[in-house]
Amino acid sequence: MSGAALLRLQGVSKSYGSVHANRAIDLDVSHQSIHAVLGENGAGKSTLMKLIYGVERPDVGKIEWQGREVRPTSSAEARRLGIGMVFQHFSLFETLTVAENISLLVPGTKAALAARVRDLGATFELEVDPNAHVHSLSVGERQRVEILRCLLLDPKLIILDEPTSVLPPQSVQRLFGTLRLLRDRGVSILFISHKLEEIRALCDTATILQAGRVTGRVDPRQASSRDLATLMIGREMPPPPLHAKAKPGPKVLEVAGLDHATDDPFGVSLSGISLDVRAGEIVGIAGISGNGQKELAEILSGEVALLSAQRDVIRMMDRPVGHLGAAARRRLGFAFVPEERMGRGAVPEMPLTDNALLTAHDRGLVRRGLVRRQHKAAFAQACVEEFDVRTPSVQAEAGALSGGNLQKFIIGREIMLEPKLLFVAQPTWGVDIGAATAIRRRLVALRDSGAAILMISEEIEELFEICDRLYVLHKGRLSPSLRVQGTTVEQVGEWMTGAAGEPAHA
Amino acid sequence: MSALAFILAGTLAAATPLLLAALGELVAERSGVLNLGLEGLMALAAALAFIVVYQGGGHALAFAVGAVAGMVAALVFAGAVLTFRANQVAAGLAIGILCLGLSALAGRSFESLTITGLPKLEVPLLSDLPTIGGLFRQDIVVWLALLGTLAIHVMLRHTKVGLIVRAVGENPRAAQAIGHPVIPIRYAALAFGGCMAGVAGAYASTVYTPLWADGMIAGRGWIAIALVVFGTWQTGRVFLGACLFGALSLAELAAQVVGVQLPSQLLASMPYLVTIVVLGLISSNRRRMRLNSVASLGEPFEK
Repeated sequence: MSGAALLRLQGVSKSYGSVHANRAIDLDVSHQSIHAVLGENGAGKSTLMKLIYGVERPDVGKIEWQGREVRPTSSAEARRLGIGMVFQHFSLFETLTVAENISLLVPGTKAALAARVRDLGATFELEVDPNAHVHSLSVGERQRVEILRCLLLDPKLIILDEPTSVLPPQSVQRLFGTLRLLRDRGVSILFISHKLEEIRALCDTATILQAGRVTGRVDPRQASSRDLATLMIGREMPPPPLHAKAKPGPKVLEVAGLDHATDDPFGVSLSGISLDVRAGEIVGIAGISGNGQKELAEILSGEVALLSAQRDVIRMMDRPVGHLGAAARRRLGFAFVPEERMGRGAVPEMPLTDNALLTAHDRGLVRRGLVRRQHKAAFAQACVEEFDVRTPSVQAEAGALSGGNLQKFIIGREIMLEPKLLFVAQPTWGVDIGAATAIRRRLVALRDSGAAILMISEEIEELFEICDRLYVLHKGRLSPSLRVQGTTVEQVGEWMTGAAGEPAHA
Repeated sequence: MSALAFILAGTLAAATPLLLAALGELVAERSGVLNLGLEGLMALAAALAFIVVYQGGGHALAFAVGAVAGMVAALVFAGAVLTFRANQVAAGLAIGILCLGLSALAGRSFESLTITGLPKLEVPLLSDLPTIGGLFRQDIVVWLALLGTLAIHVMLRHTKVGLIVRAVGENPRAAQAIGHPVIPIRYAALAFGGCMAGVAGAYASTVYTPLWADGMIAGRGWIAIALVVFGTWQTGRVFLGACLFGALSLAELAAQVVGVQLPSQLLASMPYLVTIVVLGLISSNRRRMRLNSVASLGEPFEK
């Protein structure tokens, strides 16, 4: 703790209105270290990074860079100091090539940059074709481009914001290899994450944030996951939902040989998708986003209906539904929670009561075409109470709720419809641990009441926690059904990257 | 002169006002801003340029005045949509209607007066060829418009400036994050677009049909906007679309002279119909549209 720290924050605070995003944060990042900032969604990690990267300015407090006080007022200034950042949602231009993307930030001709990209790529295991268009790259490759773009500016510190949330397990190992190489070459890493195991595997130091404050500084290699979690959420980790053995009933959803060509150049075509979900079980679809999840969700939900001739490709409740739209499928007892909370799952500008009406209109909320206001309010109120949605009132706009609370509301609304088949996409994405646990518990309870649940998720831990069976989606193709008991994370990971799938594995 | 020779000789000149306006709009849209005021901008510039030539100011000054008028009007629009974040469609229509009104006001005492256009410059030898010779006898503005098309194609495809404009149009937030100021870049793109619309208007009233009549732009501004969209924001396709429209509008004249037995209203609408059908077919390919369209077009940007 001498003056040798590369980056030092002292008493840094930042508020947005009445929200204290960061309160009196102290942080020391030393040379040649991988430093974790651990915290839940909403703990203030992103704000802290914005302060360091010059996107926002602190209300009070000091930022020292290599022993000198600095006040970066723009990201360009931060970059000049030697700070690079890799964003969670990449800041790349899809219609441009890798070299073009890089040349927007880094001086030099495209040819010279392409040569340097190959060079650095070989050194740090970040191989990527500089002449490829970004839209044709996988998520992992895009992340490599972002990291390369940082490296070409010769930084001393690289901030990575939740870098593993988009990667399959094998790519995570590869990324960690790269980060260790970088550290050994003198580049410090600030690693933002909420994943305890990763931090324990990778980082030298961890600073833990909770509700905008530093709650701990530990050596993550020494601490247990349990200790870290307690520091992160301020109490003991909630226990996982009880998971009794499934008692599968009849098939409620059956997809047989679904092929669907996309005409979207950034989309994924589905081929030979076959799956089934029985009453009383939760079936997960694992895989990295962008492997056909969006297309599959559209087709199963009925947003995209198939041709009448393909009606039998999808069967729900033993009826052919391939040609039916979303409303007709819902009338059969199907419910759907889409991945996008805002704009698809709920209308952000409308109060919760109206959002309840959107899918629950058949449950006595409408009579002779007229909305019954009290029934509508009562339904929303019941949902808020039953599912512990924290909101000032049911008249609050959906967009004003936090991600976790809105998600609880949407899932609650769908569960209150008493569906025979519930289809949820990324149910806990961007949701705090408390809400995520509550949501998973609800899904298990729904299963135990005899409903069938199909769940798309990127979180392998989540899938292993509550699913009875799994499929893995990779490049528009589905793996065979895998029993969760007796399958390892590594095996799922192989399917996720396409490494499995040879007859020997199947 | 055969009908074919007539059409070949006149196509480029007929296409030039569309082409110039569409190239400017192309650059503006590539940066993410839709300027629907093009028709008005062209009309205002056309009126002012005509007055300059009529009063003896000469064509060079007329084009300069037209360009400046178009640019000023575009900057007013830019202020509304970029600085005050007004809705681009509403603001574009408002500025366009305002400029149309201003053009009528400015040109009121010049209605139906005529002036002399510009001489044709010939390519030696080639212009003596039978039938296609007319293609090589064009005024200087046409030649410059052809060069301009090439220049803008190269600019957008192969230069840093073009790369930045495209990046701003595709993902303004990311562009801003890596240090390319979105708002100033869009101001510049709109100013350029207004300038080109002004030159296009000046060409229409002082060279192509050297007379002033209220409403003489006759929808060319709208066609130019359609060319950009249907041409999937590609310089080459926009150029071909402009030529197609130019050729068809001459074919219509030729058909009337020859005495084709079709109602003249139908003939007069052919250039619009055919251009829209052809370009509509090109842009009906969803894949092509997704890869080429400007992702942030029409959306206001807030830092």
